[in-house]
Amino acid sequence: MTFSTDPGSPPVLEARGVNKEFPGVKALDDVSLSLHKGEVHALVGENGAGKSTLIKVLTGVYPQDAGQLFHHQVPVTFRSPGAAQAAGISTIYQEVNLVPTQSAARNLYLGREPRTRLGLIDFTAMHRAARELLDEYSIRADVEAPLASLGLGTQQMIAVARAVAIDANVVIMDEPTSSLEAREVETLFGVIDRLRARGVAIIYVSHRLDELYRICDTVTVLRDGKLVHTGPLAGLPRLQLVATMLGRELLAQTKRHSESDEQSEGPYAEPVLEVRNITRRGVLDNISFAVRPGEIVGLGGLLGAGRTETGMAVLGAQDLDAGTVAVDGRVVRAGSPSASIAAGVALLPEDRKLEGILPSLSIRDNIVLAALPRLSRAGLVSDRKVDEVVATFMKQLHIRATGPDQKVGTLSGGNQQKVMLARLLCLNPKVLILDEPTRGIDVGAKTEVRVTIDELAAAGLAVLLISSETEELVDGSDRIIVLREGQVTDVLTGDRLSEDELVRAIASVEPDTSEEPTDD
Amino acid sequence: MMPGGDGSVVTQEPGSPGAHAVRPSGRLPSTFTRLMQRDGVAALTALVLLLVVGSLLWPSFHSLDNARNTLLGNSYIGIVAIGMTLVIVSGGIDLSVGSVFALGGVIGVYGNNHGGVLLAVAMTVVACGAVGLLNGVLVGYFGLAPFIVTLATLFGVRGLVYQLTNAGATTASVPSDSTFAYLGTGTWFTFGVPVFLAIGLYAAFHLTLGRTPFGLAVQSIGGSESAATLMGLAVRRVKVSTYVICGALAGVAGMLQAAQLVSASPIIATGYELQAIAAVVIGGTLLTGGSGSLLGTAAGVVLLGVINSFIVELQLDSTWNNVVSGGFLIVVVVMQRLLNYRRST
Repeated sequence: MTFSTDPGSPPVLEARGVNKEFPGVKALDDVSLSLHKGEVHALVGENGAGKSTLIKVLTGVYPQDAGQLFHHQVPVTFRSPGAAQAAGISTIYQEVNLVPTQSAARNLYLGREPRTRLGLIDFTAMHRAARELLDEYSIRADVEAPLASLGLGTQQMIAVARAVAIDANVVIMDEPTSSLEAREVETLFGVIDRLRARGVAIIYVSHRLDELYRICDTVTVLRDGKLVHTGPLAGLPRLQLVATMLGRELLAQTKRHSESDEQSEGPYAEPVLEVRNITRRGVLDNISFAVRPGEIVGLGGLLGAGRTETGMAVLGAQDLDAGTVAVDGRVVRAGSPSASIAAGVALLPEDRKLEGILPSLSIRDNIVLAALPRLSRAGLVSDRKVDEVVATFMKQLHIRATGPDQKVGTLSGGNQQKVMLARLLCLNPKVLILDEPTRGIDVGAKTEVRVTIDELAAAGLAVLLISSETEELVDGSDRIIVLREGQVTDVLTGDRLSEDELVRAIASVEPDTSEEPTDD
Repeated sequence: MMPGGDGSVVTQEPGSPGAHAVRPSGRLPSTFTRLMQRDGVAALTALVLLLVVGSLLWPSFHSLDNARNTLLGNSYIGIVAIGMTLVIVSGGIDLSVGSVFALGGVIGVYGNNHGGVLLAVAMTVVACGAVGLLNGVLVGYFGLAPFIVTLATLFGVRGLVYQLTNAGATTASVPSDSTFAYLGTGTWFTFGVPVFLAIGLYAAFHLTLGRTPFGLAVQSIGGSESAATLMGLAVRRVKVSTYVICGALAGVAGMLQAAQLVSASPIIATGYELQAIAAVVIGGTLLTGGSGSLLGTAAGVVLLGVINSFIVELQLDSTWNNVVSGGFLIVVVVMQRLLNYRRST
């Protein structure tokens, strides 16, 4: 650590032209990053942009396919997280990555335990050192208690203390504040300032723009695995940053839109879904909205703004601290997905591979799975009815396959998604929540799925559309609710229903002042 | 967004969405509950209770003879349970120990008869450690499920033992006055040599598990493998080591029993894996890994032995032994569950 401290100094850690491919996905495409002493470097991008992959390459979790890492300008290859840590690159992961069954002290010193002369672990010294370390960062915790008995915020702070205590020259923080209380965030920022003063370089990943502008010097933006921007953060308008992350040019173009004005008092003035003041500490903050039959309401915002959580809350899959969800005017018991489903709510999960599709089963089985009780008489499944239902949906949703017996795993992504939709429709829902319905499917199929969604709304369903794609939201919604850190910050209707406005709303910038970040 | 009055961070966040449900109104656990939660204390307590009750009921129960026999008879499974404890604490399981035990006996006798006691020990440790290495590499480096891998070696090694002994037709025996036989039949202070060897191994591995970085790594891997990996621990190497140790110890135990019997039997130790697992669990080690103690395992082993003595004293048919042991195991697991439940409230 005998390097000069001026900003123009050679980088502490550098990645040049890194490529990383997973089966079917190019996670990193020629990405470079350089990190200097005493710099706090923001790494931002939407879901799937490649941030996590880049971090994992930098810390020896994944080997890169191409490109080179340099540590103090020396080419390096970290074969394991241990090797990266030994070189002084320390990481705080988004999920607390400590051992829950072990004490705080053991977690702090795991892998570099103080020893007695006999070579055994010196627990007395370890506990004393742990107490001193936690004191230094104003973290109050019993260092001998199992980690699992401490609060999540405290656990995260202990992870920070561990990362920092390893004589690190680079500290990588992946959304470190996501489980912290406001006070703890302040403590963390204090730690970051001290590290910066000590000359430690920091990579800071967060979706909270306020945090970024407060503590970061530089920013690198990734999108779809590519580096799209890197430079100082101070002069970069917030709006520009968000536009870069989302990949939208700032053009004053308004997309064509459904003629029917959402404020019309048509035949469907009575909302079928009413969400009132739902709150979940640290996740959702007093969110209210209503959806009428035939209406498509979009939920926009950056990753982590509470979009998916709102959808899960409507389905009853989240316990709420306050607020209610009502379907057809009747309040549905919170925390019970089965009650919500019975009331007519259906949700298409964000990750269909993990949470939905059964690839080894046929289209028929996948579609009728959840609806079998309704399709059977006296406990026996009526094949005739099942065939009818399956044929109807395959036709209505234009599912292209050799027949109802084709295994779903062999279908294209778009057709898989339609099978998932058909399964939900089997339940005769009134409210359909679609979480990223077109993620991971090719462009042609995207359009088809979007058309299908339009048709379903036209048939009288109330649709809640969650998407990271501004175009999809603007084109597909009658109204867009914009969320930020669990709060509704804007609702876009009528003339304001444009990608431009959406980007502005997500960045929390007033329509006419596209300069300087506005702090709350 | 100002720091709190004293600028510090709150420790307990009741109701925080942690993986372990934290109740807002959690009372502090009683001293008794906390004591029982210490690894192994519950098994030790039960053991002492049984010993007291048995001694009060039957004069012959607390005889030195009974102690000698119980300890000697359980020293072999006791040594097996040491390795099993390490494997289970690290989050794995080893079903092959019974077969490896038999292999240890056969190899040990062979080694002794072809070069003496030192060769016997060396060959046993290497051969049985190699089985453990196979288990460990398949589990650690190929990511296969330990249950399946060690089930396969359970069959495979037992088959190998039959092969080596021509399906039991050739019984190799050792001279009863050899040094090798002394390892099993000798006595110190009237207690069998294997008892002291077992106690020595328990002491050594107690320190290893509790007081060395390796032991801490074993516990941490069982607690959260992903966290241990990201913290830079050599997860795969540690996992392999636990299986190697487990295999080698099972082999040594088998060799010692062969020394006691002055011959190797290919059919010996079937079902030892389950006995060892039972002893480990009764000793307070979580089957899910993450924490455990060899003190507890030792108590668990002796406890199962004492239950056997009870059956004998009650003059019940020895077939009741497994029924009672099984029932006891269920009681222990339910207790663990209850204690853990209280721990998380």
